[in-house]
Amino acid sequence: MLASQLQSPPRLLSLGDAAWTVEFGAEIDPQIHGRVLGFCSLLDTLSDDDRLVGVVEWVPTFRSVTVHFDPLQADAMALGEHLLGLAGQSGSLSAAGCRWSIPVCFEADCAPDLVDVAASCGMSPEAVIDLMTGTVFSVYMLGFLPGFPYLGGLPASLEMSRLASPRKVVPARSIAIAGRMCAAYPWESPGGWRLLGRTPVRLFDPNNRRRPALLAPGDELVWRPVGKDEYLAIERACAAGEFDLASLVQQEGVA
Amino acid sequence: MSACVEVVESGIAVTLQDLGRTGYRNIGVPVSGALDPIMMAAANALLGNDTAATVLEVCLSGPALKAVSGTLRVALTGELTGQILSANGRLLKVGAWETATLFPGDLIRIGSVSRGVAYVGLSGGIQLAGQLGSCSTYLRAAIGGYQGRALRVGDRLQCHPLSGDPWLEFRGSGVPAAQSGPIRVIPGPQDEYFTAAALADFFGTPYRVSRDADRMGMRLEGRALAHNEKGAEIVSDGVTPGSIQVPPNGQPIVLMADCQTSGGYPKVATVIRADLPRLAHLRPGDEVCFAAVDHAVAQLALRQQLAALQAWREAIESFRPPGVIDEAALYGGNLVSGAIRGDEAALHESVSMQGFEKGARHV
Repeated sequence: MLASQLQSPPRLLSLGDAAWTVEFGAEIDPQIHGRVLGFCSLLDTLSDDDRLVGVVEWVPTFRSVTVHFDPLQADAMALGEHLLGLAGQSGSLSAAGCRWSIPVCFEADCAPDLVDVAASCGMSPEAVIDLMTGTVFSVYMLGFLPGFPYLGGLPASLEMSRLASPRKVVPARSIAIAGRMCAAYPWESPGGWRLLGRTPVRLFDPNNRRRPALLAPGDELVWRPVGKDEYLAIERACAAGEFDLASLVQQEGVA
Repeated sequence: MSACVEVVESGIAVTLQDLGRTGYRNIGVPVSGALDPIMMAAANALLGNDTAATVLEVCLSGPALKAVSGTLRVALTGELTGQILSANGRLLKVGAWETATLFPGDLIRIGSVSRGVAYVGLSGGIQLAGQLGSCSTYLRAAIGGYQGRALRVGDRLQCHPLSGDPWLEFRGSGVPAAQSGPIRVIPGPQDEYFTAAALADFFGTPYRVSRDADRMGMRLEGRALAHNEKGAEIVSDGVTPGSIQVPPNGQPIVLMADCQTSGGYPKVATVIRADLPRLAHLRPGDEVCFAAVDHAVAQLALRQQLAALQAWREAIESFRPPGVIDEAALYGGNLVSGAIRGDEAALHESVSMQGFEKGARHV
């Protein structure tokens, strides 16, 4: 099944008169996502060389890349054909980004759903934490909220449905799971994912113009368990602007 | 040198907007920006501002602003009027599509929008550092605008002091580039997720605007659009302002300026750029019809809209407000054409509107 998906040619879908979506598949799948990253890398290169006239920006998702353009600067049909041609040639790329080690507190007040999740999965809370901290997650895409990462790689034994009744307020920086995904809420928000921990690290900073979102598609991360004292110390340092985010990088990106 | 107004009454949900925030959609930051960038451009044109200068967007009731330093000018565009209470106690009405000058101590009380959105421009544009390359307010994540939120009493907005004759005002001739008829859309990207009957209903029957409408999106009510065997959910892909997504209940949602960057419902069609501003002026209960067009029609419509805006700019007239000695004859009629700058490319480069997904799949 995978082989046939890989060989399926990319499709060009119309998203109005100012965007095209280049679709590599319909599923959440590391191979398909590799093609997404490969295509974005090619667009990066062409854009740096000023060879993408009229293109404003592009947005990678699990399985597609949406290219926004200025219809007064670029002919929509010609650009669409060009993009489709590029998508057919671009290769696959995996884990091009950094590997992060991000502190997470799994203590009860940070992890309101930990006990329930453990019970549903037939294991102890400690075993859930071991699985969460023993997994290398990969960042598929950012969406839903600024800087909200969709993380693939959740062990199958932790697969859970969303809450039947979503919370009105999920605290900012909560680490959550749903389905086969893990995520982190950069902002306080309503949400139906199950909350297993909280990071003291700020996931989005609009004043950091160079890298407002901590994570980028193609990055990998591991959760590093910390106790409440360390959590609070890091949280204070972040609030005071004294925390060096670069210290969280375990491995530099290849891209 | 700068001039400054203080917010004396906040109005309801008045936000600072410009042409939006591009370049950060890949990390989930919506475009935001004025819901009607043509009207925003008109406000700036009346003031001789740069087309992209930051303005106030009024959706319900407008603010009251007091000039605390400097002499400055305001412009109202859209269905919005105001009243000036001058420092020496005089009352002066300000009409829609007009400018008015505030001397230190003058207060302008801006009314309610009778339809859709309207704009208040200040001379030189509202001066603010902005975040991530834009002053547009995105309330949900408190990005941009005035501290990331709607205006409050006591906020102070900086602008440029008026240069030129403070007793010579300017006015435009109503809505630039007005359009009627169906809202034009380009089908897709997931029109293949709907039955033939659903597509016939979408293009053949009217939809009513519900009360559930804001800067993120607008829920419509009408014939339910049935998804075919492919289902009512997709693995999230990119969305844009104007995307018409259809959740499992079959009632379409048109995404607006503050919409998320991706979404998990099939999208039957996308409103073309030239017709996006029209959505901002619909009210609950209004009926809309959709018509499919192709890229060539969409591009022509956009060019015609810009040409109409330029014609509107060129037809701006000067006038002496009541109570001011009429010296207009002395100075001649149209004094402004040289003072008005129009940068169409800049206008449409980042003219974008985004919406949201209420009940998004994963929350």
